[in-house]
Amino acid sequence: MSQPHFSFDGSQIPFRPGQSVGAALTAVGVRSWRSTRGAGRPRGLFCGIGVCFDCLIVVDGRPNERACLRLAEPGMEVSTQEGTGHGDLEV
Amino acid sequence: MTSKSERRFDVLVVGAGPAGLAAATSATRAGARTAIVDAGVAPGGQYWRHPAPSEHGVSAAEVAHLHHDLATYHRLVAGLPAVAQFFQHHVWTVTRDRRGFVVHLVDRTGGGEQAVELHSRRLVLAPGAYDRQIPFRGWDLPGVMTAGGVQALLKGHGVVAGQRVLVAGTGPFLLPVAAGLAESGARVVGVHEAASPPAWLSELGAVIRNVGKLGEGAGYARVLARHRIPVRARSVVVSAHGTDAVERVTTMRLDHQGRVVPGTERTVAVDVLAVGWGFTPQLELPLALGCATRVDVDGSLVCEVDDEQRSSVEGVFVAGEACGVGGAALATVEGQIAGAVAAGASSVAPRLRRSRAALRRFAQAMHRSHPVPPGWVDRLSDDTTVCRCEEVPFGALRSMQQDLVGHDGRSAKMLTRVGMGYCQARTCGYAVSCILGQEPSGTSGFAERPVSSPLTLGALATSCPTENDPPPAE
Ligand SMILES: Cc1cc2nc3c(=O)[nH]c(=O)nc-3n(C[C@H](O)[C@@H](O)[C@H](O)COP(=O)(O)OP(=O)(O)OC[C@H]3O[C@@H](n4cnc5c(N)ncnc54)[C@H](O)[C@@H]3O)c2cc1C
Ligand code: FES
Repeated sequence: MSQPHFSFDGSQIPFRPGQSVGAALTAVGVRSWRSTRGAGRPRGLFCGIGVCFDCLIVVDGRPNERACLRLAEPGMEVSTQEGTGHGDLEV
Repeated sequence: MTSKSERRFDVLVVGAGPAGLAAATSATRAGARTAIVDAGVAPGGQYWRHPAPSEHGVSAAEVAHLHHDLATYHRLVAGLPAVAQFFQHHVWTVTRDRRGFVVHLVDRTGGGEQAVELHSRRLVLAPGAYDRQIPFRGWDLPGVMTAGGVQALLKGHGVVAGQRVLVAGTGPFLLPVAAGLAESGARVVGVHEAASPPAWLSELGAVIRNVGKLGEGAGYARVLARHRIPVRARSVVVSAHGTDAVERVTTMRLDHQGRVVPGTERTVAVDVLAVGWGFTPQLELPLALGCATRVDVDGSLVCEVDDEQRSSVEGVFVAGEACGVGGAALATVEGQIAGAVAAGASSVAPRLRRSRAALRRFAQAMHRSHPVPPGWVDRLSDDTTVCRCEEVPFGALRSMQQDLVGHDGRSAKMLTRVGMGYCQARTCGYAVSCILGQEPSGTSGFAERPVSSPLTLGALATSCPTENDPPPAE
């Protein structure tokens, strides 16, 4: 059985079913996938259980998903979240 | 969607950790029509955290060696088929109707969000806790994680958080975290425990009455020794360094008053820092229902319960970390008591009362010997982030304090936006209360949250109004 993958900013990330997006990224050494709204600082997993909202990420075009909770699925398109994740909507 | 009659219960348990699982199985055993709800994908909570069930995925067997007392887990889970189960369902609020409680859930089983309501005469709230944190320079760098988060990655996803990990903070929980990492191939460069060993000895009486617990600790100590992991008492991490992720951390020794000793800085290379200062109970639901609280020995706000786990609100029982942080064994006993009494049992087995008393003594001894050492506020610089969500630096809080008299949590929120982000002060609430010089996690408005989890307006819109529900047939 070949291992399933999702894409992250264009690269293919392997995962094992049952792993969260954040866990799969951590397993391949990716530590951050968000820049903060103010200072644009990188953030990744902190609490690991859905409490801190530091791990926000864009999944299939939807921003503000918690990478520590969202289970990885084959073919998902995941990308870095800049600021609020609402890009051009920002004023 | 289940039919209306399938959504009415005698006892509804929120949380499927040790406390909730025990409550649900003992309530069904006592003959109550019981439901259990948990936001997670599988039963077990934080202690018996399991990977999402899947074919070819991370298997429960793979993480079994990281678990303790799996026999209890299997016994509790064996009782679940008789319980209506709602996993991946998040309770966002609870209201009342004539017959009891209306529990409002968001069903996330399909990937989206769907609103669901369940009705129950009585509630057992067992929502658990999350890692307590205090800010320090560099704690917002990626790679700095909560000790619980590192553990959750390992137990729940089979992923080792980093290659070179330093574990720090205080409390017996640091040991299983370090041992689990080492057993899974990470290099643990040190365990830095802020407490001093003599504090332990003075609490030995309570410890000895909990031989099981002591055995667990000795097991971890053996693992740490086998991997030659240095364990340093009276040592804290004062800063994390790195550009886009943590690369190094600096530790310092503490004196007997818990203040850092100048000149004792040591800097060590890491790719992950796992840090925890005990736990903060998750109180949104009990607070929303008006349950009375008290400040526990560890400074946490917890629910007040009587000998039978009843809260101050008729029909609402609370069990596990939410009524005092004390570990999984205590949570299990409290859950057993709460579930049975909520189901109408007339008495509680003396054996359960005795074991709860002993485990509580043990927990209190642990809290007394693992305080958050004073002085951490003095180590913050003006540019140290305090509120991670809103990026509020310590300097903003300090200048607000200088400009204002009679400052409190509310004005701090208004003026600096501290605690106003997505996490609703779960992460910084304890620290901000301390900085403002208030009772830690006291009544400063940092523990109450109108909804226990952000949810989309779409999910709210699908919520069906309760008034239209037909009166239930008795
Ligand atoms: C991240 C983390 C990891 C931990 N790992 C360990 C460990 O490895 N070993 C150890 O000894 N202790 C561990 N602990 C300590 C832990 O608190 C245990 O003592 C024990 O799990 C407590 O049991 P409990 O039943 O009170 O709560 P928990 O086990 O925390 O269970 C509470 C459950 O309630 C659910 N819940 C909460 N609110 C809602 C809601 N509104 N809607 C739906 N569901 C909800 C949660 O999803 C959770 O599953 C950990 C704690 C944390 C925070
Ligand atoms: S890491 Fe805290 S919410 Fe995901």
